[in-house]
Amino acid sequence: MSIIRSMPIPTPFYARTSPLNKSHEWRNWSGYLAAGIYEPIHDREYYAIRNSAALIDVSPLFKYEISGPDAEKLVNRIFPRDMTKCQLGQLLYSPWCDDDGYVIDDGTIARLASDRFRITAADPNLAWFQDCGYAMEVAIDDVTTSLAALAVQGPNSREILRQVLSEIDLDALRYYRLARGKLGAHQLTVTRSGYTGDLGYELWIEPEHAGLLWDRLMQTGAAYGILPAGIIPLDIARIEAGLLLIEVDYISSRKALTKDQKSNPYDIGLGWTVDFNKGSFIGRKALFGIMQKGPQWQLVGLQLDWNSLEALFTAEDLAPQVAGRASRSALPVYKNGRQIGQATSHTFSPVLKNYIAIATIETPYARKGSAVQIEFTVEYVRRKAAATIVKLPFFDPPRKRA
Amino acid sequence: MPEHYDAIVIGAGHNGLVNAAYLARAGKKVLVLERRHVIGGATVTEEVLPGFKFSVFSYVVSLLRPEIVRDLNLPQHGLTILPLESTLTPLPGGDHLYRDEDHFRTMRDIARFSPRDADAYEDYSRTMYFMAKAVKIIMDIVPPDPTSLHPVELRKLARLAKHFLGLPEDQFYTLVRLMTMSSADFLERWFESEPLKGTLCASGVIGTYLGPRSPGTAYVLLHHYMGEIDGAYRAWGFAKGGTGGIARAIARAAQSFGAEIRTEAPVSSVIVRGGKAAGVALENGDEIGASLVVSSLDPKQTFLKLVDPQLLPDELLADVRKYNIRGSSGKVNLALAAAPEFACMPGVGPHLRGAISISPSVDYIERAFDDAKYGDFSRHPYIDIVIPSMIDPDMAPPGRHVMSCFVQYAPYQLRSGDWEGQREAFGDCVVDTLAEYIPNLKDIILHRQVLTPWDMEQVVGLSQGNIFHGELSLSQLFFLRPAPGYAGYRTPVPNYYQCGSGTHPGGGISGAPGRLAALEIIKRRR
Repeated sequence: MSIIRSMPIPTPFYARTSPLNKSHEWRNWSGYLAAGIYEPIHDREYYAIRNSAALIDVSPLFKYEISGPDAEKLVNRIFPRDMTKCQLGQLLYSPWCDDDGYVIDDGTIARLASDRFRITAADPNLAWFQDCGYAMEVAIDDVTTSLAALAVQGPNSREILRQVLSEIDLDALRYYRLARGKLGAHQLTVTRSGYTGDLGYELWIEPEHAGLLWDRLMQTGAAYGILPAGIIPLDIARIEAGLLLIEVDYISSRKALTKDQKSNPYDIGLGWTVDFNKGSFIGRKALFGIMQKGPQWQLVGLQLDWNSLEALFTAEDLAPQVAGRASRSALPVYKNGRQIGQATSHTFSPVLKNYIAIATIETPYARKGSAVQIEFTVEYVRRKAAATIVKLPFFDPPRKRA
Repeated sequence: MPEHYDAIVIGAGHNGLVNAAYLARAGKKVLVLERRHVIGGATVTEEVLPGFKFSVFSYVVSLLRPEIVRDLNLPQHGLTILPLESTLTPLPGGDHLYRDEDHFRTMRDIARFSPRDADAYEDYSRTMYFMAKAVKIIMDIVPPDPTSLHPVELRKLARLAKHFLGLPEDQFYTLVRLMTMSSADFLERWFESEPLKGTLCASGVIGTYLGPRSPGTAYVLLHHYMGEIDGAYRAWGFAKGGTGGIARAIARAAQSFGAEIRTEAPVSSVIVRGGKAAGVALENGDEIGASLVVSSLDPKQTFLKLVDPQLLPDELLADVRKYNIRGSSGKVNLALAAAPEFACMPGVGPHLRGAISISPSVDYIERAFDDAKYGDFSRHPYIDIVIPSMIDPDMAPPGRHVMSCFVQYAPYQLRSGDWEGQREAFGDCVVDTLAEYIPNLKDIILHRQVLTPWDMEQVVGLSQGNIFHGELSLSQLFFLRPAPGYAGYRTPVPNYYQCGSGTHPGGGISGAPGRLAALEIIKRRR
């Protein structure tokens, strides 16, 4: 009876993903229906990412295009990376900051033409980009709804795409590069990128051809073990790949309620994106100060000592039991009884057969190989398990770049 | 005087009742005297037509201080606040803007008018959250007098200075802007689309005799943002049973602490003996003694009517006489045979359970103000609608509805004629305006209650029909409310106090003036 459209709304792939979603577990991703998981258990979907191929609907990503004579100037002003080095057909990953050097969001920037860039973002950024481009000769467009986005990830992804797409040389398409191709008569953009840390591609196509793209990939992929995967198995893969999730591993400076909730790129392991040789950009002055002083925090990996974890359960006469899904509720990390940081994303890694976490740790304690403790609740009692600080990513197969 | 109480509170509006409850809780023998046959003042629900309950005057709640709810155990005394989660702005031509708790859905709807505004919406909400947090401190304190050298006042001033100077720079600057700008200009800093700006800026003019482009109205935006429900700022709710439900719960709480409430007991004056308040005289000639008297009425009545103005220092007298209390709003309550059908959103749905705002643009509201500036009621008024029976089915017989329409502008002083003569023309104008958006309205009206500022003065005693007991302009706030030197709830007459919305922190069903006055009285008389 009501005329108010119930929320969240479908993506361009919903007609295909909906009947496949046997678990009926949907998540609200930026106001869109995103399959959390298609099957009752995440294992098959997860292993599709790591062992065969997975189709992941990533249409809810915010997408912007910046074009015009000043396009390069503007992206170089917004992002701390040197965007003049972004060649035609190349993608760069970068955070972007406010004037105080705090991270607003992170995403990829693709150069579609000498004077045209496409940016993916986790949060709405139109007003911010427009403000950054004040008095510049640029057009800034929100193309979120005019592009359907589908990730094809996993070792077999290239083989499947080779058979489905035409007029594209996939062998020549290197990591973090893009190429145009065709699905039948329809144009699409292929980027070699993804949120899994595996061999994979993301396909960008007009929404009206989304169904066809999905069908062709599923038909051809069947012989290669392709499966649709939801964002729950994807979350495990991205933790293994050491990739950050906004509002989980760090809080956007636009949403932070206190200064302490904000992060600069150095705090979250993205100091490498900051380039002081490129001239002025937003946050430069603040970031230069932070760089000189050294950041307060470091982003690290934590590998749990399984025996120590098991002992917590053994003490309760239980076999070790950890959630199969990734958790986004932060756990305190200790050194000698003092809290030195927090594990913001953690999961059991099916490929590594260990419990792993992405953690933010006070710089003096963030040395690789250092022994720390992580809080673990067993039988309602908070306990501590031993863990070691390791380098990210946890999982980085050669095929990702091959 | 055979009867004697520790305290007499004049007026059983929400502030009078809160004041009485706190005084009674502190062990005082308290009597509340109410002129009308019902308690609540402007916080009242009345069954105007059998089965149809009208929140006659005030109609939604947000500002009610959470500490009052807890201190007085209001839920235990029947207070239930039902959620009011959406705002519909119907537009001429059948379009609409609809905002609700669903963040992304709301963003998409705003984006239909301006993608940029959708993006800025969250930044604006966050800024207002910071602003509400920044000024929350003043909601909970008795205003210090900045000219006083008394150590207690100086300590308070120092604490405030430390708080405000300790704010992050950008928040401090925004706060200053908020205190000085017009709501329209303030909103322009974030937004460009008219339906959104129009609806948001309406919060900046509610209850004021100012337009959205009048400087100072941005503060009123904040005043409406400061409401807290369950710890969330800016949450608006609807009291079960109408706003009278709030007054009833507070009254029960007061009674549970031993306070006595007497209705149909109009006070004619405060008895002053030996320069001190000693009780009250009722209109029927009875006199009741009391160690202290608290007026919850507005400053004009508290100082000019209840006591002999000769008792007041000249300066206070001048301040109160010039105190700006112009009424600017009216109320039209409708009993409906069926649900109203909005052209922009036909059918029954969640949009009817939220606020509905006739505020298509800033110009629309400014034009409405233009009429009022020169003494006419607005030909196309800003109207804030709620349909209480959609939220609480007990408000009307099954299938029927009550609709509450807050209307602005309706100046107390009409340029020509008087409200007795203009009342129905005003009601017609409101119904005609509404019918542009609700085509079936005229066919389903069973009863119409039209309340002008003049009626508000006559019925509940609001001077000039001002819903806030005086303009919420910076010149009449904090240590200036109601007058310099008298923002601490006392009066020049010993044992005579004030606790109405004309005192800090001002109007709305916050109860804060009533509570702060009681705490101050208890402290002073310990």
